[in-house]
Amino acid sequence: MSWTDLVIPLFVCVIIGGGLMKRVPVYTAFIEGAVDGLKVVGRIFPYLVAMLVAVEAFQASGALDWIEKALTPLGRALGFPGEVLPLGFLRPVSGTAAIGYMQMIFERYGPDSIQGLTASVMMGSTETTLYTVSVYLGAVSIRKSSYAVKAGLIADMAGLTAALFVSRLFFG
Amino acid sequence: MMDAIWVILLLGGIAIGLISGKGTEMTQALMDGASRAVELCVRLAGVCALWMGLMEIMRRAGWIDALARRLGGVLHRLFPDIPKGHPAMGAISMNLAANMLGMGNAATPLGIKAMEQMQRLNTTPDTASAAMCMFLVMNTSSVQLIPTGIINFRHAAGSTEAGAIVIPALIATACSTLVGVIVASVFRRITRRRGS
Repeated sequence: MSWTDLVIPLFVCVIIGGGLMKRVPVYTAFIEGAVDGLKVVGRIFPYLVAMLVAVEAFQASGALDWIEKALTPLGRALGFPGEVLPLGFLRPVSGTAAIGYMQMIFERYGPDSIQGLTASVMMGSTETTLYTVSVYLGAVSIRKSSYAVKAGLIADMAGLTAALFVSRLFFG
Repeated sequence: MMDAIWVILLLGGIAIGLISGKGTEMTQALMDGASRAVELCVRLAGVCALWMGLMEIMRRAGWIDALARRLGGVLHRLFPDIPKGHPAMGAISMNLAANMLGMGNAATPLGIKAMEQMQRLNTTPDTASAAMCMFLVMNTSSVQLIPTGIINFRHAAGSTEAGAIVIPALIATACSTLVGVIVASVFRRITRRRGS
C-alpha cells in the first residue's frame, strides 16, 4: 500500500467529518446529491456510444499498422525512438489502446529503455481528449463543441512533442 | 471538428477494414464499441453518484463557496465570463485539484458538476461556451502532478526506476496545459470578434 491509496478514504472521512461539524444532515445530503448520478450518465450515454463505436472500428480496421509503418521511420529520421511515435496518435483518441501500445513497448524494449521511458512520458503528458470532451459535453447535452476539440488537440500535440524532447534530454 | 473526427474514424476505419478483408472483425468491432459504452456508463454511474453525494455534503457545509471565493482571484483570469464567487468556480477548482492529485474517478463527477454550473451561465445552450472550452482544454491536457497510473504500469512491467518519469512528465504536461490555455484564450478572442 502506498500513500496514494490513502488519499480517497481520508478525503471521504474529511468530507463526512466536516459535514457533521457544520451540522449538515450528511446522510440526507448524500442521497439528494447522488440522485443525479444516474441522470447524468444517461445524458452522456449516446455521446459515448458514438465515440466508442468509431474508435473501435478504427482500431479493428488495422489502420494503426499503416500509421505505425508511416510514423516509425519518420520518428527515426527526426532522431527519436521511432517506435513510440504511433503512441502520439493513439493517446488523444483512445486511452485503452494507448495503454496497450505502451505495454507492448514495455514488453518489446523494457520499461527502462529509451523507448519505454519516452512512451511513459508521452502517456503522462496529456489525456484522452476525445473521451474527456465527449463525457463533459455529453453531461450537459451540448453537441456543438465550438473550438474545444481543436484547442485540446493542439495542446496534445504540444505536450507530446515536449515529451519527445524532454525524454531525449533526460534519458537520451 | 468533432463531426470531422467522428466521420474520419468511423468511415476511414470501415473502409480500411473492408479493403483488408476484415468484414467479420469490423461487424464485431462496431457491436463491441456500443457494448463498451454501456460498460463504461455503468461504471461511471456508481462513481458519479458517490462523488455527487459527497459533493452535496461539501456544498451544504459551505466549503464549495469558500473554495470559490479563495481561488476565484486566480481562476478569474482564466474564466473571465464566470462571475466572482459563482458556484461554478468552486466546482472547477475542486475538479482541477482532484486532477492534480491523480484522483481520476473523483475528478470526472466534479468536472461534470462544473459543466452543469457553466451551462447555467451559457448564453448559447447548444454550443460550448468560452469558459467550457477553457475548462475542457485544462482537463484534456492533464494537469496531474504524479502520474500514478503510469508508474504502476511501469512497476508491473518490472521497471527498476518506475518513478524516473515523474519530472519529465510534469514538464511535458505543463507544456500541454500552457499551450492549451494560450490557444483557448486566442480562440476565445477570435470567436468573440467574429460574433460581435
